[in-house]
Amino acid sequence: MSQPAVSAIERDRQAYRRARARRSTGIAAISTIVFAGALFLVVTRSPGWPRVRQQFFNLEVARDSLPRILEGLWLNIRILVVAEVLILVVGLAVAITRTLRGPIFVPLRALAAGYTDLFRGIPLIILLYLIGFGVPGLRLQGVPTSAVVLGTTAMVLTYSAYVAEVFRAGIDSVHPSQRAAARSLGLTYRQSMRLVVLPQAVRRVAPPLLNDFVALQKDVGLISVLGAVDAVRAAQIESAETFNFTPYVVAGLLFVALAIPTARAADWTAARLERRERAAGVL
Amino acid sequence: MLSHRSRSLPVTLAVLVGAVLAAGCAAEDEGAPAAASSSGVACEKSTLQTVTQGKLTIATDEPVYEPWFVDNKPDNQKGFEGATAYAIATKMGFTPAEVTWVRVPFNAAIQPGPKKFDFDINEFSITDERKQAVDFSAPYYDVTQAVIALNSNDAAQATNLAGLKGVKLGAQVGTTSLQAIEDTIQPNQDPAVYNSNDDAKQALINGQIDALVLDLPTAFFVTAAEIDGSKIIGQLPASGNAQEQFGLVLDKGSPLTTCVSQAVEALRADGTLANIEQEWLANVAGAPVLQ
Repeated sequence: MSQPAVSAIERDRQAYRRARARRSTGIAAISTIVFAGALFLVVTRSPGWPRVRQQFFNLEVARDSLPRILEGLWLNIRILVVAEVLILVVGLAVAITRTLRGPIFVPLRALAAGYTDLFRGIPLIILLYLIGFGVPGLRLQGVPTSAVVLGTTAMVLTYSAYVAEVFRAGIDSVHPSQRAAARSLGLTYRQSMRLVVLPQAVRRVAPPLLNDFVALQKDVGLISVLGAVDAVRAAQIESAETFNFTPYVVAGLLFVALAIPTARAADWTAARLERRERAAGVL
Repeated sequence: MLSHRSRSLPVTLAVLVGAVLAAGCAAEDEGAPAAASSSGVACEKSTLQTVTQGKLTIATDEPVYEPWFVDNKPDNQKGFEGATAYAIATKMGFTPAEVTWVRVPFNAAIQPGPKKFDFDINEFSITDERKQAVDFSAPYYDVTQAVIALNSNDAAQATNLAGLKGVKLGAQVGTTSLQAIEDTIQPNQDPAVYNSNDDAKQALINGQIDALVLDLPTAFFVTAAEIDGSKIIGQLPASGNAQEQFGLVLDKGSPLTTCVSQAVEALRADGTLANIEQEWLANVAGAPVLQ
């Protein structure tokens, strides 16, 4: 880039700003190092540190517990994938139902509103018990008794209610003029929804949807109350055998590793969205 | 302006370091009392370093179950562990009025920080691995694991370990019952693992599991008093060569461990433990040992 001639005063200003920036960076680095060092010393010099290290950061226990925890994590991941697909479908269906217009759809809208009220309100763990132990208690033919199937059902019911509200917010955020324009072009209600409203709505709510996805990653483990052994339950089993908390730390780190790609995907989606909308503004 | 700022920077850092270090020094210094325990053979009540001087604080979980406690009230001195706890307290010189109960969940009992109890009595099985994290007293009960099923379930017909291989088994998390399934029965299907025996019993009644593994006294209580139409299939043989035993849990390096163990040993020697067992676990008779 070719710069226009810069006055001496402006060069001084730039030099001064650069110096200030360097100084800020230096202070930030020193303060971070000092703080981290002090924290490290406080923790490792504390009287209880040898026991905490033994009971929370025990490499031997970590190695021994890893295979079982990984086996549990594999169950988490499989449930996560199946549940997420179902949640997106059910959530979108409920959201579209709630945004239907016209008096004829009042019962459907009320049903959808009731659904979100009920399943957003009820604590997940209680829903898990009701479905996981209550439904098989009926002893009906053909009703599954598997903890994984019943647990996934409960997850889908709860999270669909959250996701439906996210979708609804997205649909409502599309300006009415978009809809009016679509209808004036001769599109039917259904077509304008599918071709104009939903593409914008979904793009706009992608970051909060990914946020719910991260929350789901950790919550799928709750199905362990029904008897299935997920990563956290596997850690609990290992922990009870040894009275050592290291397996929990191992499981925690694995969950963080699982969440990071999703978090980056969320950042990337948000950034892309912002770029697109800004581009439109410049034009 | 600039020079003023650069002078204040080291001051700021010094304050920061000082504050953090001060926080560190304020951390309480534990570990010192532990040194006294090895030499302290005398278990005079007045010299015992209990959580509250002159009182004995005993912990157990919430809720607790029969036949170990009765009505979820440890202080009624009923049930095998309720009675045993008070016998130990008496042996150590504490009157029943000087016994305080606290409810401590499993993880709080085994965490490395300071404990709010003198000992915890809640069917803890003694293992070498666990001894690295807590102190155990001398054992107060020899326990075996047992398998129960509904009479209507095919699993009830099993007469040996091989007959349980293809069965869907369940157990409570954190118990040696679960370890017994994995080590002794080694079933073809992964066992279901529940938060509590209450959840596991519901799954058994629902038919979500075919059989449930519990300690033998609990198995007797559940089949006799809680689940109609259920039976004990049999006891499991010990997985290793060691007899499984319950011990009291104390803080690692607790100054009380030696004295509590002495009290337990004395109760075993004078027949008190046997009497309590006779009173509360009388019906825990021989169930066939599955081979």
